[in-house]
Amino acid sequence: MKKINLFLLTTFFATTLLSAQSGYDIGATATDFKLENIDGTFVSLSDFEQAKGFIVVFTCNTCPYAVAYEDRIEALNKMYATKGYPVIAIMPNNIEIKPGDSLDAMKRRAKEKGFTFPYLIDREQTIFPQYGATKTPHVYILEKSNDANVVRYIGAIDDNYKDANAVEVKYVEEAVNALLAKNPVSVTKTRAIGCSIKI
Amino acid sequence: MKSLKITALFFLILNCAPKQDKLEVYDFQGIEQFLYFNDSKTYVINFWATWCAPCIKELPFFEQIQDEYKDEIEAILISLDFPSQYETKLKPFLKEKQLKSKVIVLDDVDMNSWIPKIDSKWDGAIPVTLIYNKEKRQFYPQSFTYNQLVTEVKKFIN
Repeated sequence: MKKINLFLLTTFFATTLLSAQSGYDIGATATDFKLENIDGTFVSLSDFEQAKGFIVVFTCNTCPYAVAYEDRIEALNKMYATKGYPVIAIMPNNIEIKPGDSLDAMKRRAKEKGFTFPYLIDREQTIFPQYGATKTPHVYILEKSNDANVVRYIGAIDDNYKDANAVEVKYVEEAVNALLAKNPVSVTKTRAIGCSIKI
Repeated sequence: MKSLKITALFFLILNCAPKQDKLEVYDFQGIEQFLYFNDSKTYVINFWATWCAPCIKELPFFEQIQDEYKDEIEAILISLDFPSQYETKLKPFLKEKQLKSKVIVLDDVDMNSWIPKIDSKWDGAIPVTLIYNKEKRQFYPQSFTYNQLVTEVKKFIN
């Protein structure tokens, strides 16, 4: 009996480890968290009682792709927070490797850019691996369903990092619009170049 | 007539001088030719950018391995630098480092369509490296130490 338990336990840990490595796929339930915000408070998804879902963006100060998308991330929050899909930005980098991503630097950047969304630090670097984020920026759209936050989209913000005016497909907007209209998301996964998360 | 000659000379110089500085910039369609050479060499294709610290750290290893296995290996470094930084970052970097490997530049915003064509497992984080020859190819979504690179390359040339 003991042996079986040990076996089950090992299998359980092995499975947990595996899923932690690969991260979420579409339809997975995303973990909540309690991470420090630039205003000194701690933020969890469960704090947003009125939200219908979330636009979770792993991003940072120091990656040029993340910088190229700062204004568009802010615009997403302005457009969708009131409709029930606030942006929750999480900075996943190890700040010893990237001092430019420290909480102080995040505060400064948020002030300069006038961010209106929570900009959280994954200080222990325990949240981004569960999501499976590998780079900045990396978006996860979650839909609240009963008490769970279900992953509905993973990937890029749109199809042109260089020029917001030349974008042809706004992946995140299309996904959130579909969810708001209670339709299935048509493009659920996209890829883009980004800066690897520094661990 | 003399002035014509001088003008011709002037253009000749003008034409030659900036050539070393000139970047080879391609869209994905243009890049594809470098991903499918069918000769006896093994190609080490690295995707990098000047703003990517782990990329810069491993660049010397690609130089070194090409030097070490001259006849068997060709390294091609594909830069993903932003066009707005070609003059300010990329060109000065190349000038300073004097890389011996071939450097080409990929400028194609439609990443969602070309990233999976390089490898279905690649989600877009760099650095990544592709090693291939006419017999096989392997994609590495990781950074390399020199020893790791040698180990992998040896699987292709032995």
